[in-house]
Amino acid sequence: MELNVHGSKTFCYTGGKPFDPAKPTAIFIHGVLNDHSVWILQTRSLAHHGWNVLAPDLPGHGRSAGDPPTSVEAASAFVLALMDAAGVDKAALVGHSFGALIALETAGQAAQRVSQLVLVGVAFPMKVSPILLEASQNDPEKAIAMVNTFSHSTLAPPPSALGPGTWLYGGTRALMRRVLASNPRVNVFYTGFKACDSYAGGAAAMPKVTAPTLFILGLQDQMTPPRAAQSLVKAAQRGTVAMVPGGHQMMLEAPDAVLAALRGFLQP
Amino acid sequence: MPGYSDPGFDTLALHAGAAPDPTTGARAVPIHLSTSFVFESSEHAAALFNLERAGHVYSRISNPTNAVLEQRVSALEGGIGAISTASGQAALHLTIATLMGAGSHIVASTALYGGSQNLLHYTMRRFGIDTTFVRPGDIDGWRDAVRSNTKLFFGETVGNPGLDVLDIATVSDIAHEAGVPLLVDSTLTTPWLLKPLEHGADLVYHSATKFLSGHGTVIAGIVVDGGSFDWAASNARTGKFGELAEPYEGFHNMVFTDESTIGAFLLRARREGLRDFGACLSPHSAWLVLQGIETLSLRMARHMDNTAKVVEFLAGHSFVGRVGHPLLESHPSHALAQKLLPRGAGSVFSFDLLGSREQGKAFVDALQVFSHLANVGDCRSLVIHPASTTHFRMSDEALAAGGISQGTIRLSIGLEDPADLLEDLKRALRAAEKAGA
Repeated sequence: MELNVHGSKTFCYTGGKPFDPAKPTAIFIHGVLNDHSVWILQTRSLAHHGWNVLAPDLPGHGRSAGDPPTSVEAASAFVLALMDAAGVDKAALVGHSFGALIALETAGQAAQRVSQLVLVGVAFPMKVSPILLEASQNDPEKAIAMVNTFSHSTLAPPPSALGPGTWLYGGTRALMRRVLASNPRVNVFYTGFKACDSYAGGAAAMPKVTAPTLFILGLQDQMTPPRAAQSLVKAAQRGTVAMVPGGHQMMLEAPDAVLAALRGFLQP
Repeated sequence: MPGYSDPGFDTLALHAGAAPDPTTGARAVPIHLSTSFVFESSEHAAALFNLERAGHVYSRISNPTNAVLEQRVSALEGGIGAISTASGQAALHLTIATLMGAGSHIVASTALYGGSQNLLHYTMRRFGIDTTFVRPGDIDGWRDAVRSNTKLFFGETVGNPGLDVLDIATVSDIAHEAGVPLLVDSTLTTPWLLKPLEHGADLVYHSATKFLSGHGTVIAGIVVDGGSFDWAASNARTGKFGELAEPYEGFHNMVFTDESTIGAFLLRARREGLRDFGACLSPHSAWLVLQGIETLSLRMARHMDNTAKVVEFLAGHSFVGRVGHPLLESHPSHALAQKLLPRGAGSVFSFDLLGSREQGKAFVDALQVFSHLANVGDCRSLVIHPASTTHFRMSDEALAAGGISQGTIRLSIGLEDPADLLEDLKRALRAAEKAGA
């Protein structure tokens, strides 16, 4: 479905079911140079089991218009505006990587509007190596190759999103290329990484979160290794941790484990 | 420990898609000869059918052994995923039938495998899909052939059997201007020689019967999606790809481009094409192809070495006219091949004897190491007379357009000792010359 957020068209995948205001809502927020489709299996499952799902393409990404957020705080304002546009007062927020920081900041700013918080592949601080940051700006294809290498943990995943016969390294590369090309005005790769790198609000936001919080961390995650999430885990008022066997793109590489953690945690 | 970092071609050829079996410890890929796979629960069953979870249900749709093959070929081609099929022809048909229906149009190269030409020229027309054929090097011809209902461009990396090299980048640019994808048959080159997706192709398919399996033991096909073509954007502009970008009643009104930004083609091809047309690959056949792929780079290197020696020999022989291999400067695709195919332009090529049709037969009959049969890409060297066999359905005009004459001989150079191949050819050429005396 399409929503008008901040005056711009925003594409939201709804998990194959129409949006129903009577149901509880879960909002899935993607990471840098990704889009809604990285959540395909988890969103379809929740949408068919009692939830409204909104998985937006962030502004200026994929099929959404508007200016891409240049900070986690700006992206958080977008999420709240998205909820307003959809008529959703309170929602569960599920974020991955950059999206996890956005979900965290949103839950810290507007704790009363967040029913549950799920942080997938999160770290704080989320510093991006200078080499990668520079490459994302000046040699995006090189940076895509680096991220792709760091984001997967195996050449032989179990049946993954999109199902049997899918080659995740190729899929992630193709998606990153597609999202980068979707915005000819702004390099959303660099913009996203810069927002992650410069975000300083995580330590302040986490203690303000009143909602139950689930950390889903990849045992083989090299981008945001589990140890890099520990300061947030300790600061969470009501935090629990689920370790899953996968790398940074765990919702694609280990979709069943991520779904099981989500389904066990997200109760309407 | 985290897994491999940036694996190379040979590592992928051995490891992509497969790890030691977690149940038995088997290191080689097991052959999962099972039609069906047990559900964990009723909810699990429903989730698999509804694409909420990934997994195997029924081997016509997917199978664990086939999935390894699909991941491996995707990895080698640089794609996002693949679908294995009962044959190369099944892969071509699956691709066409996924993208279009009656009233559609294809622009295709004239230099095609005879079976592909037959499918497009006769069979698909019976189902309302028309094709305009264009010489692969006629760039204006590709552009001029586009119609409002064109849905696909299609060519071979090196056209069979004249080895006209397809200028993939240029042709794909024209296709993309028209809002349609480029499909490339990469059977004769394999990803070891050329990765069409890196040059602008959107979909690649193989008759895996040939070099991928490499041993002349199995019929198989596979189509790889590069994930590069934006079906949703093209459909918004041209209305050509409603099959992927609009609700599909055959699967709960799923909009495939909403489900997956990059993989809509694969989703529909598997969920509709394999489900309804059913041209699936046997897991045993998938395993045989996997065995072949493990040595693909070793075999292709030897194929290229032997081919270079045979081409040099034939080009210098007094009883041989045209030798149709891009290794030779006289070949019209020589320069393009040097650019796109630096490791070689394949080991399947044709040449013309300077003699009669009877002398051609004498040549084929005198060969002892080369086997006279209708296949290419075997580890054994092969020979055939296209006009009377693989291309016999084509009219004289269509044959000529494909660069084939009545006296053309096609060779597929195998892995034998090169000296033995040259000796065999020398003997057969002598026999052919004597037959004309």
